[in-house]
Amino acid sequence: MSTERQVIIIGSGPAGLTAALYAARANLKPLVIEGIEAGGQLMLTTMVENWPGYRDGIMGPDLMTELRAQAERFGAEIIQGDVSSVELSTRPFTVNVDKTHYTAQALIVATGASAKWLDLGVDKKLSGRGVSTCATCDGFFFKGLPVAVVGGGDTAMEEAIYLSKLATKVTVIHRRDELRASKVMQDKAFSTPNISFLWNKEVVDIKDVDQGKVTSLVLRDTQTGEKSEIDVDGVFIGIGHVPNTALFKGQLAMHDNGYLKTHGGSRTSVPGVFAAGDVQDHVYRQAVTAAGSGCMAAIDAERFLSGTLHESHQTASAHG
Amino acid sequence: MASENVKVFTDANFGDEVKNGVVLVDFWATWCAPCRRLAPIVDQLAEEHNGKLTVAKVDIDENPMTPSRFMVRGIPTLLLFKNGDLKETIVGLETKDRLNQIIAKHL
Repeated sequence: MSTERQVIIIGSGPAGLTAALYAARANLKPLVIEGIEAGGQLMLTTMVENWPGYRDGIMGPDLMTELRAQAERFGAEIIQGDVSSVELSTRPFTVNVDKTHYTAQALIVATGASAKWLDLGVDKKLSGRGVSTCATCDGFFFKGLPVAVVGGGDTAMEEAIYLSKLATKVTVIHRRDELRASKVMQDKAFSTPNISFLWNKEVVDIKDVDQGKVTSLVLRDTQTGEKSEIDVDGVFIGIGHVPNTALFKGQLAMHDNGYLKTHGGSRTSVPGVFAAGDVQDHVYRQAVTAAGSGCMAAIDAERFLSGTLHESHQTASAHG
Repeated sequence: MASENVKVFTDANFGDEVKNGVVLVDFWATWCAPCRRLAPIVDQLAEEHNGKLTVAKVDIDENPMTPSRFMVRGIPTLLLFKNGDLKETIVGLETKDRLNQIIAKHL
């Protein structure tokens, strides 16, 4: 089975759906392949307070439902499925979803990033047994129990605040002596009575694999090297994300950290392939910047298809 | 909501229901976003393996005992039983291809 398209968008977070909205309004009839983590990271969050236009905030999943409906209203086709491979060496490009092959003249990569694990090996073994990267999914299981959150950024603080309503005690473990999280999130976390902080500590082991559940964490002080142990029933990991770029290895240029390289707006190393959102952004990583870059990618794809996308950035912006 | 090939198990009937044949059980909750993503895949598995594989769902809000018995502490979790014995525990989202590979080992 083969279906030729003008534009295929891989991914359905804020970047992918905004690209779909703009591409649909440009009459490109985009096909969005939503991916296994459909809706992206916002599907796992609660209240989003920094999406412009919602003064009281909006729930992450509700925002994604709206974005999706908006893209569909203008003719974007959104299908379930997870891309298994891509062939970008010839145009039209081929995108394979299991045994179905889709082809397109232009491709927008918006595959985002997924939660990073601790890389201890043991954390994956105890996944679903007390180790989690999603407080809104798994917090339920820790009602009335002590838990830990690893990390010092906004994700970690959001998890800690969410869990403080369920768990008896939330201990935030951070390897530095100050948080990276925004001031608003820091203030919220510091003022929550059952959230406490362990500074300059990193997790070196999670017990107990033999029992098949989390019983405690072994910590090492990053300054003194001294080891300690803390008893918890659950540990939530909020130490950042890794870009979902495995599909494109050897086909699109990447930075050393795995993020896609872009230039002149949203262009990747292959003409006709554009990238948007967290898959190419290791600096800002916000829903609104993802959406903005999704818009850029759709406009770049449209110009590429009409032959008006020029190699020099100056020339391209002169058309703007 | 779920396909008609998918059964609903509860704390009351769980033990009896997994006794015979190959049974795949999806632990989920209404508030779990990844569970909603997995649901259509589970429906498709039920349809494709109809007759060879029993597929069921357990709502963990309404049935707290069964998840605790199998130490389920994260959802979605899929448990695969063969003649009453727990054979596979699959935590988190997986693609249909990957799930089919795991199921195939036991059919």
